[in-house]
Amino acid sequence: MSKPRTLFEKIWDKHVVMQEGNNPSVLYIDLHLVHEVTSPQAFQGLRDKGLTVRRPDKTIATMDHSIPTTPIGQPITDKIAAAQIRQMERNCQEFGVRLFDMDSENRGIVHVIGPEHGLTQPGMTIVCGDSHTSTHGAFGALAFGIGTSEVEHVMATQTLLQRKPKTMEIRVNGKLKPGVTSKDIILAIIAKNGVAGGTGYVFEYTGEAIRSLSMEERMTICNMSIEGGARAGMIAPDETTFEYIKGKPHAPKGAEWDAAVEYWKSLPTDEGAEYDALVELNADDLTPMITYGTHPGMGMPIAGTVPAPADVPVGERFTLEKALTYMDVEGGKPLLGKEIDVVFLGSCTNSRITDLRAAADLIKGHKVSDSVRFMVVPGSQKVKIQAEKEGLDKIFMEAGADWRTAGCSMCIAMNGDQLAPGEYAISTSNRNFEGRQGKGGRTFLASPLTAVASAITGKVTDVRDMMEG
Amino acid sequence: MEEFKQLNAKVVAIETTDIDTDQIIPAIFLKTTTKVGLGKNLFSHWRYNEDGSPKEDFIINTPEAEGAEILLAGDNFGCGSSREHAPWALMDYGFKAIVSTSFADIFRNNSLKNGLLPVIVDEETHAQLMSLAMEDPNLHLSIDLESQTLNLPDGRKVEFPIDAFSKTCMLEGIDQLGYLQKQLDKIEAFEADYGNRVDTLTPA
Ligand code: SF4
Repeated sequence: MSKPRTLFEKIWDKHVVMQEGNNPSVLYIDLHLVHEVTSPQAFQGLRDKGLTVRRPDKTIATMDHSIPTTPIGQPITDKIAAAQIRQMERNCQEFGVRLFDMDSENRGIVHVIGPEHGLTQPGMTIVCGDSHTSTHGAFGALAFGIGTSEVEHVMATQTLLQRKPKTMEIRVNGKLKPGVTSKDIILAIIAKNGVAGGTGYVFEYTGEAIRSLSMEERMTICNMSIEGGARAGMIAPDETTFEYIKGKPHAPKGAEWDAAVEYWKSLPTDEGAEYDALVELNADDLTPMITYGTHPGMGMPIAGTVPAPADVPVGERFTLEKALTYMDVEGGKPLLGKEIDVVFLGSCTNSRITDLRAAADLIKGHKVSDSVRFMVVPGSQKVKIQAEKEGLDKIFMEAGADWRTAGCSMCIAMNGDQLAPGEYAISTSNRNFEGRQGKGGRTFLASPLTAVASAITGKVTDVRDMMEG
Repeated sequence: MEEFKQLNAKVVAIETTDIDTDQIIPAIFLKTTTKVGLGKNLFSHWRYNEDGSPKEDFIINTPEAEGAEILLAGDNFGCGSSREHAPWALMDYGFKAIVSTSFADIFRNNSLKNGLLPVIVDEETHAQLMSLAMEDPNLHLSIDLESQTLNLPDGRKVEFPIDAFSKTCMLEGIDQLGYLQKQLDKIEAFEADYGNRVDTLTPA
């Protein structure tokens, strides 16, 4: 018997092309996703060196970050963004890369479309010039974000130079209570482990609570692995995974499907395999979570109190004080009841069809508070079309929400959707850094359920109160 | 990429921990299609007022910071996104090395690929450097990459870690793409054997 291996090790071993002495390994990449913001300098690099995209068949491009979420067909008013988008079209044409362009029904946030098209499959290595590539790990793939130099490396050679990371098992036991979601699991993990806790590691999420999640809920968790410091997060593939992939446009068919499933079944971590570290959490203990500060590790149970600088170790005081000043929230006080201005339901963390269904279910029959601007931004055009088929758009609009076209939108505030200085938002996205959602804007990260409950009341609200009522 | 051998330069310190890439270069400036000119927007949110005038109390805007090539920063520098615009902006501004107790993975990789040296020091050294920088606005440090040492004003030499491969690339100014291209034979052989692996992307 060969040595028991983890899911990560099996994929890693299979993709190492070569490794010399103490040099990093040359790792083969199965799928390269490309977007308009982190690729122009890579394409230019190829051009300058007279190189081509070596495997355009393993490369797919979309536009998501700098595009507006106004209806399709309207001109892009931001000239610099428009130039970047035109450049993307030219680059893809010149280098023969498939592009889901502005008018395409297939367009969407890069981490939403991979799984949606069945491009994301277990056992693959997947990269993109985007840190939330970790999302695709939900399928039992090794997926991580890379810089633009590396985007060029993959384009030119279909490989990357990588050092083997360590592995950390994050075991989530127990069962989630009503009103508590997979977003709350990952916010709790990051609050516990810190934003640098995963540096140098790949996370593998295991345990009863993880196994019972749907694929879209699993994606929410893997998505935010990077917020915990890990470049990649993975979940072993199982029947839930196969069921989700089956029938998707790029999924294997017929005999190939059977062979694929057989292979995928060999991927989960072997009995007795060892991780370099372990973190354990009990889902029974979790409540809805919310962040109060300016990084995703500054999170707490929604009914908790914001820590005061005096309560934290000396080394963290300066940063916490700075965060509380920026957020204009007081240490030692609760966040519940705090008035908010904007609710953003979207981003690659929580903009899939099941997120929208859960949100629509909760808002049905209610109105968005007069003091709140509620933006609902589907993660892809396919999600948008599906939601409209189900009438979710009408439910949102009747409640007073703004129903937008797919894109990163206010998650990154480089496309026209943004907070005004001083505004407070509850966002289902993944980053609450200073100015992330607009210069001077303040972000509380939470689940779609918490976001909707708060949109209705106009205040930070515990969704469980609403569900009991 | 330029060679990096030694550096003797002025230090500017930002005490904040977990400085993320949205602070280093806000997303609004990522609509560019080139690498140049990002330095003027480095730390933009901290550096400029609403009307675009510089915030005088932010360290980077003070006369003492002028000419600094070493940035001393809090733990976990460069967390957040994978944007390589972060090291591009730091370098375009004039920084050549960043000293901290820890760096986010992707930022560190991106920096090494551009010739920006991440110098990792232990907490004690870091605290000492912070107080030195607070006391002396003209603090200079010297770094020698070959021996992997940071030289403190009191004569103490502190070793810092860097993997041998990245070190050679930095010392010689080698672009890592060249190394990968030399392995194309092996990559092709790997691919030839790949047909019987089921995890290939099915064609469109
Ligand atoms: S939705 Fe936000 S986090 Fe996700 S890819 Fe877009 S900008 Fe990045």
